Amino acid sequence: MNRTEGRVKVTGLATYAAEYPVENVAYAYAVQAQIAKGRVKRVDGTAALEQPGVLAVLSCEAAPRLSGDADPELALFQSREVAYRGQIVAAVVADTYEIARAAAAAVRVDYDADDHDVRLSADHPGLYQPETVNPDLPSETQKGDVEEGLARAERSVDVTYRTPVLHNNPMEPHAALASWDTEGRLLVYDTSQGVTASRATIAQTLGLPPEQVRVVARHVGGGFGSKGTTRPQAILAALASRMVGRPVKIVLTRQQMFDVTGYRTPTIQRVRLGVDAEGRLTALEHMAYEQSSTLVEFAEQTSTPSRVMYAAPALRTGHRLVRLDVATPSWMRAPGECPGMYALESAMDELAYAAGLDPVELRVRNDPETEPDSGLPFSSRNLVGCLREGAHRFGWEHRDPTPGIRREGEWLIGTGVAASTYPTRRWPSQAVVTTRDGDFLVQLAAADIGTGARTVLARIAAGVLGVAPERVHVELGDSDLPQAPLAGGSMGTASWGTAVVRACEELMRDGKEGRADTTEEIKADAKLARHAFGAQFAQVRVSSVTGEIRVSRLLGVFAAGRIVDATLARSQFLGGMTMGLGMALMEETVTDEEFGGFLHRDLAQYHVPACADAQHVEAVWLDERDDRLNPMGSKGIGEIGIVGTAAAIGNAVHHATGHRIRELPITPAKILALRP
Amino acid sequence: MNITLQVNGVPRTVDVDPRISLLDLLRERLGLIGAKKGCDHGQCGACTVLIDGRRANACLALAVAVDGSEVTTVEGLAADGELHPLQSAFMEHDAFQCGYCTPGQLCSAAGMLGEPGPSAVTGDILVDPDLTPEEISERMSGNLCRCGAYVNIVSAIGEVAR
Repeated sequence: MNRTEGRVKVTGLATYAAEYPVENVAYAYAVQAQIAKGRVKRVDGTAALEQPGVLAVLSCEAAPRLSGDADPELALFQSREVAYRGQIVAAVVADTYEIARAAAAAVRVDYDADDHDVRLSADHPGLYQPETVNPDLPSETQKGDVEEGLARAERSVDVTYRTPVLHNNPMEPHAALASWDTEGRLLVYDTSQGVTASRATIAQTLGLPPEQVRVVARHVGGGFGSKGTTRPQAILAALASRMVGRPVKIVLTRQQMFDVTGYRTPTIQRVRLGVDAEGRLTALEHMAYEQSSTLVEFAEQTSTPSRVMYAAPALRTGHRLVRLDVATPSWMRAPGECPGMYALESAMDELAYAAGLDPVELRVRNDPETEPDSGLPFSSRNLVGCLREGAHRFGWEHRDPTPGIRREGEWLIGTGVAASTYPTRRWPSQAVVTTRDGDFLVQLAAADIGTGARTVLARIAAGVLGVAPERVHVELGDSDLPQAPLAGGSMGTASWGTAVVRACEELMRDGKEGRADTTEEIKADAKLARHAFGAQFAQVRVSSVTGEIRVSRLLGVFAAGRIVDATLARSQFLGGMTMGLGMALMEETVTDEEFGGFLHRDLAQYHVPACADAQHVEAVWLDERDDRLNPMGSKGIGEIGIVGTAAAIGNAVHHATGHRIRELPITPAKILALRP
Repeated sequence: MNITLQVNGVPRTVDVDPRISLLDLLRERLGLIGAKKGCDHGQCGACTVLIDGRRANACLALAVAVDGSEVTTVEGLAADGELHPLQSAFMEHDAFQCGYCTPGQLCSAAGMLGEPGPSAVTGDILVDPDLTPEEISERMSGNLCRCGAYVNIVSAIGEVAR
């Protein structure tokens, strides 16, 4: 069975948030702050309001009041304070998009500007230790004595890696279409990774009871975390619609997305590793320095994968955060694991060279019996299997580790390896299954952001019901359906699938209907270390003339529990790895230190991989089943593909050129700068 | 001002704001949501349609500038409910995830298959090259897919190109 919504997607009939046919719709266009810090002194909408077709100008001088405890990123027009350049300070509503856009340019905003600070550094005086890091983990952990471990090490490395601001850039811009009915109920078509949570946030922000709000997101054009939390477009559409008494649509421009839809914090990471004469780690320390806004503390869990990966008698991980005059960072595919594993797995490669060990062998020797930080047993862990399988498929045994010696004309050639990991968790969810015309209908407020949730849940239900998956229809993406958690944290299938299995089991007993709520079941989960693992192998070709880097082969081998749908799983792994390739070689948003905000604000400046960049990407998996996680025996697969890719490619660039570039992305300019 | 376009074979006369792009005309005025707005700057290819048979970014064309043209959108690729071979191949090869870039990929591929001549990766530029995976990847690099479905997109197009 192919993707169940495939036909509507290839025929152009699938409706994304801005695409629902609504009569008499008006258009909103946002006006953004032109200073990085300060106050709005005055908003003059006169020239805008004079333009024919303009219905309203919203700003801190003219907007409905919102709930006092609203997320500051969503509390539009409630204050004169400007916390970052690009923050939404006003909006125009008009009959057409063309009028709204032109009128927005005519809104005059005067400011009192203060000095700003947007530069992250590892010695910033404002650095502090957050109490917890995302999602709710200790910010600091320590076991054993790192200094003692390093002192007795045969070989050690002390290296610092940097990753830039990264933007999710889903293809579908953040958009919302809001309308109020005569009873004061709000309907929002929103770009959302989870309509249950989005309904709660929108209701809370507007000071409404949740049952008065309905959020619909039948198709979502990618999110990668940026649509996991409610974004300002939903609130703006609702406010504007209330003001003008018509349905209002807003589609953020690609440029505006860079400012107000979240991004991955830049990181500075220091990793210290020591190894004894037998190749066993004596110490592992991983410290991450990162930023958040002055509005909200968002602390990316960057060094947490080092609590999971390798057996080290002395292990210390920590985070330091500084609050800058920037937008609030947020989730981007594999927050924490993605940047953290870039640093750890690059440092492990450096340690392998320092110790004269094969990098696969170094990882195998340090594979732990139990989770290093917590001491908990793993529900399953097959990192070594992934490394061995990948090494076999990649022809690793024939690799000469000497860097910088393989050449074909102008091209230097190298290979690299890195490990992948991602936690595998589940959240409580509800689901209902009923019979319909001899088929089955599964309903829950899940989201399909491109993962294939409909298809996977149909397969899961069909497995329990003992019918062909084509006979199961899945309805999702509507907050009126039974409550369900986000498509996020690689938890969708595990969370929703558990509820679907339980509902189907009840239907089998009842004959007509099954309802499930997995809250109690999940509360009773045993304490275990739950993670998926993988290994990625890269071959690169680096031009000694232009500095161009081509990834001529990228192989991922994953151990991610039972794979529910092989076609969809392969697509997810390939997609994650492709995004990881972008992180390694091209993705970067440069912060404007002079004026605040970002200098890169579109897809001509922020490069994501194009078709020709990702031609030789393969993903396979080991036969793994982990029955202690959930009834499917599955692990989440949406994020692990991006974890480790950048390190594998960076390690391959070192093998090709003999140089370590410790700051992503590895661009031709950085390669050319290596020349004597 | 009034303009007339043949959209998917149907003549459409519309009174337009001269500032409206072809893309916004299709999406907001004609109810054809297939062509997608990803960047509005000709950088992502999600809005790709065929204008007089050639692939083009609908966001970069002012509607008034294409007055009198024939425009084919993804909705016009399937004839009488029969999917275009590319549409079937995209489904069979799982050549999309979120589906947002898909209409642009399909229109771009449909246009690309009819384009003669060499590309930047063609060896002998004096003969029309075979559409190898490398040629297809090169010729489809104006259509971004953030889900990273490229490997499957190339195999889907390759099947139709054979």
